[in-house]
Amino acid sequence: MSEPVYDVVIAGAGIVGAACAYACSREGLKVAVLERDFIGGGATAAGMGHVVVMDDSEAQFALTRYSQQLWQELASELPADCEYVRTGTLWVAADEEELIEVRRKHQFYSQRKVPSEILDSRSLDAAEPQLRTGLAGALFVKEDAVVYPPCVARYLLERSRDLGARVLLGKEVIRLDDEGAAFEDGTMMKGAVMVNAAGARAASLHPDLPIVPRKGHLLITERYPAFVHHQLIELGYLKSAHKSTADSVAFNVQPRKTGQLLIGSSRQYGMDSPEVDRSILSRMLARAGQYIPSLPGLSALRVWTGLRAATPDNLPLIGRCPGYRHVFAAAGHEGLGITTSLATARLLIDQLMSRAPAISSEPYSVQRNIAVHG
Amino acid sequence: MTGPEYEVVIVGAGPAGISAACVVAETGRDALLIDDNPSPGGQIWREQERHGSNWEAAHWLRRLQLYRVEVLRGATVIDGDPDKHAIVCETANSVSTIRYKKLILATGSRELFLPFPGWTLPNVMGAGGLQALVKAGMPISGKRVVIAGSGPLLLAVGAYLKKQGAHVLAIAEQASWARLARFGLGLPTQPYKLAEAVQLKRALFRVPYHAGAWVEAALGETVLERVRLSLSHRRWEAPCDYLAVGFGLVPNIELAATLGCKLSAGCVQVDPMQQTSASDILSAGETTGIGGVELSLMEGRIAGYSAIGDRLNAQWLFSDRERMRRFARRMQKAFALREELRHLPLEGTLVCRCEDVSYQRIAPMPGWRAAKLHTRCGMGPCQGRVCGPAAEFLFGWHCQSTRAPVFPARIDSLIGHKEE
Amino acid sequence: MAELVWISIDESPVEVEPGTTVAAAILQSDTAGFRRSVTGEWRGPVCGMGICFECRVAINGQPHRRSCQAYCESGMVVRTK
Ligand SMILES: Cc1cc2nc3c(=O)[nH]c(=O)nc-3n(C[C@H](O)[C@H](O)[C@H](O)COP(=O)(O)OP(=O)(O)OC[C@H]3O[C@@H](n4cnc5c(N)ncnc54)[C@H](O)[C@@H]3O)c2cc1C
Ligand SMILES: Cc1cc2nc3c(=O)[nH]c(=O)nc-3n(C[C@H](O)[C@H](O)[C@H](O)COP(=O)(O)OP(=O)(O)OC[C@H]3O[C@@H](n4cnc5c(N)ncnc54)[C@H](O)[C@@H]3O)c2cc1C
Ligand code: FES
Repeated sequence: MSEPVYDVVIAGAGIVGAACAYACSREGLKVAVLERDFIGGGATAAGMGHVVVMDDSEAQFALTRYSQQLWQELASELPADCEYVRTGTLWVAADEEELIEVRRKHQFYSQRKVPSEILDSRSLDAAEPQLRTGLAGALFVKEDAVVYPPCVARYLLERSRDLGARVLLGKEVIRLDDEGAAFEDGTMMKGAVMVNAAGARAASLHPDLPIVPRKGHLLITERYPAFVHHQLIELGYLKSAHKSTADSVAFNVQPRKTGQLLIGSSRQYGMDSPEVDRSILSRMLARAGQYIPSLPGLSALRVWTGLRAATPDNLPLIGRCPGYRHVFAAAGHEGLGITTSLATARLLIDQLMSRAPAISSEPYSVQRNIAVHG
Repeated sequence: MTGPEYEVVIVGAGPAGISAACVVAETGRDALLIDDNPSPGGQIWREQERHGSNWEAAHWLRRLQLYRVEVLRGATVIDGDPDKHAIVCETANSVSTIRYKKLILATGSRELFLPFPGWTLPNVMGAGGLQALVKAGMPISGKRVVIAGSGPLLLAVGAYLKKQGAHVLAIAEQASWARLARFGLGLPTQPYKLAEAVQLKRALFRVPYHAGAWVEAALGETVLERVRLSLSHRRWEAPCDYLAVGFGLVPNIELAATLGCKLSAGCVQVDPMQQTSASDILSAGETTGIGGVELSLMEGRIAGYSAIGDRLNAQWLFSDRERMRRFARRMQKAFALREELRHLPLEGTLVCRCEDVSYQRIAPMPGWRAAKLHTRCGMGPCQGRVCGPAAEFLFGWHCQSTRAPVFPARIDSLIGHKEE
Repeated sequence: MAELVWISIDESPVEVEPGTTVAAAILQSDTAGFRRSVTGEWRGPVCGMGICFECRVAINGQPHRRSCQAYCESGMVVRTK
């Protein structure tokens, strides 16, 4: 008996692959998901789970905002272990210079109907008493949220399964081409359309994809309920995070539904070993301590690293892979793949169904002329 | 990385660490012995310094003083950087980086806890756990105690508690008489050396010892009230104040793993010179395999000689060590855990006590890492030290996933640990 | 004999011998449980050696301290639950 032919064969069961599987299954397509390890065990497990609207570029804004709204729709059906909480984001301005940025951002968001509010120094103090006093202010972006990504990936795949999808774990794809997915043992799974959602490993299936790993460190603490209330990020982050050369750290603290704090963030290029780099970890934590003076006294449970799949212009690659007719990419989501997973899936399915997408998919096309962002 | 440097740094001041430190210090070299407890002694000789009566312990602690071994107390090694030959130590209010030429890991073992209905009730404790608490001042006189689980530790604990005035209602050893006999441990007391055996037997006079018996459930509303045991042909149930349960010991390999030492079968792998796979890192005692005090002392001495490059003296001890290891292997086989214990947890029985994750949520997971990520099992402050070995037994998973810090640590300590 | 140490456990004074751990002191007092688990169950010490984290209490305002690893010191303020 030969294997059935699937409509869509997806390599990778991270949050992006899972979102794509769900979107395709909902259209009635016959979907197979192939995962070398287990659901959500890649960057999806390593990341922070901040669903955040960003404004580095119009294209980034469009994708993150679209996706954030899709998250709000999904939220009501998510089970409790997905830990969706609409915390909002506080973009913290340390000084007057950063406050100018707060105002610019506020204007940008207001023009695009993203609810946000400027907090002055006093209201910031009141909103987050653990922050050091004397900070200049903050921008409160209200619809941003926090989720626990591995459980969301699992949920999306459970729903896909209910709709007939097959999810195969422990199944490594060694080749993904116009015929289907090939495995080590010489067997194949055939599909009409193939999707490379292999995260930071996407380029090992299709070396033309301009993806490089960008390493990040995170730390999680014991439970300290109501220690902070919003996702807190320094505005300096915007200055440092997206430089594609030097290593950088930024104050980025997330309150989990459990009462734990997730502390980030760091970015290092050209590293793909999972080892904790003690010196950048130290810098990252010291930075967080500059914003939250009592933070160094808290108890840390675990430190880990993850790899972001970075592209030269910091936009994901969504669409047909060059040189193939039936192979699509859904990869290269850098530090925003949790946020943008849902929109990625929509853009993909709209392409497969030849429908007009809700936002232009051009900026994320794999064949775009990628300019280095800087 | 700066900080004081020692020729030999030893982590863990149990029998293995102490004997290693003495061997090094005897030759006039500087040795630093680090332990997270307030006083040296490890699991068996804890509290010896204050009101000890064990001559062997007294002997070794005296030698520590005699050779002026520097002991860093109440200090937990939370991390390290083998490339820089450095470890990071946290105390109640400070953190320090210590450099070594040779490092000996003698971090010992902990008890294996397996889930059964009611095991999370207050006053259900480990066997060694209850003993440790009593040594630290917990009142036990007149209390009714049931001891269950497996291994020679149950007897040692029973004898100790009885001496402290507890009513030991029963000791339930899961291994069968037949199995104990097959491995030459026919007498329940045989595991320890003869003299000790006689002592234990006397100490446990009139305490019912059941082999092939195990705990089925701990019962109680909010705290332990009753215990139900399965004896060979019947059920046994009785009210009691404390249930002490331990199913053997598990090596503490977390620090070694973090420093890159290879493991095998849950133990730190060492060569005949007690050298691990990581350069300049040795290991001794129960970190390398469960074997009792004598073997720990022996391995500690060999590691000490090895660390100072004295092959000859180390080799003298090889045959003794081999004999002890053979005995340890026989013990392990005799006390091998029975299948029935795998079926003790009910669907709703918690396996992960830190995050309250039940058996039925964990069982369908494809493996340990998936279980961690999807159910939070093992994600709490014990870092999987309790539920990891339990899940390994219950589901046959490989539950080794150590991450820095080795123990929960102040964020401060991770900041302080930086390069100059 | 060394002088006794006074500590407070949930606002009640408790007198213990020097060298008593906080866990042992709590077990000497009438306090029922040490802490509530994340789903609200009562828990008490298990391992006695600092690895299970079931004996956590707040000591002098610091939460999440393992009471089996801390020795009583005069004037210590301990909170369970
Ligand atoms: C430190 C850090 C913090 C982050 N914080 C945030 C945040 O706050 N908000 C946000 O939106 N994003 C964040 N991200 C980014 C986000 O985590 C990722 O963009 C997202 O998880 C990518 O999902 P993915 O499904 O593409 O990749 P992955 O989760 O890596 O999934 C890819 C899957 O493919 C599988 N796979 C790979 N190769 C094969 C093969 N050959 N055959 C079969 N299967 C294969 C892998 O095993 C894996 O499961 C962060 C990332 C990091 C590292
Ligand atoms: C709870 C318990 C009770 C026991 N009771 C008895 C008994 O009554 N009779 C008997 O014969 N045997 C008993 N044993 C077995 C006995 O402990 C061992 O046979 C023997 O002591 C092992 O010696 P060791 O030196 O290898 O390790 P241990 O004696 O376990 O010493 C290891 C030491 O290292 C410390 N340590 C571990 N990690 C770190 C770190 N990261 N930083 C700093 N310090 C660290 C530990 O706290 C400990 O003090 C018991 C074991 C346990 C676990
Ligand atoms: S009793 Fe286990 S950590 Fe204190």
